[in-house]
Amino acid sequence: MKNTDLIKLPFSKNNPILVQVLGVCSCLAVTAQLKPAVVMAVSVTVVVALSNLIISLMRNTIPPRIRIIVQLVVVSTLVVLVDQVLKAYMYDVSKQLSVFVGLIITNCIVMGRLEAFAMVQKPWPSLLDGLGNGLGYSVILIVLGFVRELFGSGTLWGYPVVEKLGLYNIGYENNGLMIMPPMALILVGLIIWWHRSRNKDLVEQ
Amino acid sequence: MRIKWVEQLFDKIEPTFSEGGKLGWLHSTFDAFHTFALTPKTITRSGSHIRDAVDSKRSIIVVIIALLPALLFGMWNIGYQTAMSTGAGADWHWIYMWWFGFLRMLPMIAVSYIVGLAIEFAFAQYRGHEVNEGFLATGLLIPMIVPVTTPLWQLALAVAFAVIIGKEVFGGSGMNFLNPALVARAFLFFAYPTHMSGDKVWIASTWWGNDAIAGATPMGELATGSAPSASALDMLIGTIPGSTCETSFIAIALGAMLLLFTGIASWRIMLGVFLGGGLMGLLFNAIGGNAYMELPFYYHFLMGGFAFGAVFMATDPVTAAQTNAGKWIYGLLIGVFAVLLRVCNPAYPEGMMLSILFMNCMAPLIDHCIVARNIKMRERRIGK
Repeated sequence: MKNTDLIKLPFSKNNPILVQVLGVCSCLAVTAQLKPAVVMAVSVTVVVALSNLIISLMRNTIPPRIRIIVQLVVVSTLVVLVDQVLKAYMYDVSKQLSVFVGLIITNCIVMGRLEAFAMVQKPWPSLLDGLGNGLGYSVILIVLGFVRELFGSGTLWGYPVVEKLGLYNIGYENNGLMIMPPMALILVGLIIWWHRSRNKDLVEQ
Repeated sequence: MRIKWVEQLFDKIEPTFSEGGKLGWLHSTFDAFHTFALTPKTITRSGSHIRDAVDSKRSIIVVIIALLPALLFGMWNIGYQTAMSTGAGADWHWIYMWWFGFLRMLPMIAVSYIVGLAIEFAFAQYRGHEVNEGFLATGLLIPMIVPVTTPLWQLALAVAFAVIIGKEVFGGSGMNFLNPALVARAFLFFAYPTHMSGDKVWIASTWWGNDAIAGATPMGELATGSAPSASALDMLIGTIPGSTCETSFIAIALGAMLLLFTGIASWRIMLGVFLGGGLMGLLFNAIGGNAYMELPFYYHFLMGGFAFGAVFMATDPVTAAQTNAGKWIYGLLIGVFAVLLRVCNPAYPEGMMLSILFMNCMAPLIDHCIVARNIKMRERRIGK
């Protein structure tokens, strides 16, 4: 596989959420607003990319039977670092994300890339693969955060868009369903629907 | 009954719409109107079949006729409630009350049909399918189960959601596992809760006064801990505030009789729902504790959407259980959960919608268990 594909494919035919259907839990939980969604997206991207790199560097010294434990140690170290940084510099967002930063450890995308890619590939491609998958995940998270905050709360990044447009005065109301996790699942389903109708070769026979 | 000129008209324009014709791409649309007006002439060619003269289009029409008593009564009740609460009272002739309600319902029904059918036709056209008739009933059901004050744009959004997410993504009518009309109501309930519950939404205001009129439903009153102010007789006749056409037990019972007589709705499901609800009501009576628990069990049948749900929603053949034993279990549990939700969960004043949707999800599982059990019993009988 070419190095550019490692970055490009996760955006289209190998998107972690749309095609691999991994990392769905966090994408339902943190996308009610745009800001936490973006912070989460950045955090996961950093963790996936760096853990891919580190595991790839260590791959020849890891005994196969305990590889999951070793991977977990690396991932949780990185997650704790991210958590500390967030607490230090973005305390309010960190509060909002609460337990979901810690739960990056259990994000299937991270484990999936380590197992499927970093354990058998050289460091540079591994880093690119981690970045690509992190960014592919980020795109979906940001789209969801944008749609859900705009229609659910009428704001974007905390700015009251709908109120400034004066839509409330003509009878518009925020959609309460958008803030609930089930609607995120439905939105992901709709995106998958659109994605598969564009890429027919993804449809199973 | 054959109507000559309709037949001739369709025969004349058919070539234009068939494959190769000028408007061949509109084939699905033509087919929809053709089979709606006339029973299709197609002949089953392979295998042995039992063919009923009543196809699904004809049975949908019976459902719509069964809905008429509730619809007509609902229209009158809209006017009656407004007249009573604005103090106009006896000044309004009953025909004027009905006319007032009719004008209130008409835009809602129109929006529901236009939005829903537009999406149905678009999908059928795009996929090259026949247009399915299921929406004719759904489109009428949706405005009948929402409060009269629901804004039309919200109704349109809910209908679009129900048709696309509730039905078309699974492949259209017959493939949906949730009742589309209830999906629309659930969408409204969760998306715009202030328009679906409380005591400000049930009574239409007059054109000349824009203030929302307060009027609690019996269940709204019970949720706040007081006994319902309406008598059981009022609820039986239906002269209480509520969703547009679900208040009258008698009108719904008329429709139920037609559905049962024609065999379109399953009597097992209907009876099951009432039995389940009654048993749960009696159980709460035995426990006691607050006004809701001590409510006579038959009040549950009369209040809210219980009767309407039992007759028109739970019996939807697509989303209900298919096996006979399964229908009993399905119906009983709907009744049980509906009353349980009403009494025990103050966050959801009406349990009928959620309990039917929940059992819709469970119906395939129930059927699976019944079939598996049947296979096991037959195996034992032949001495394995």
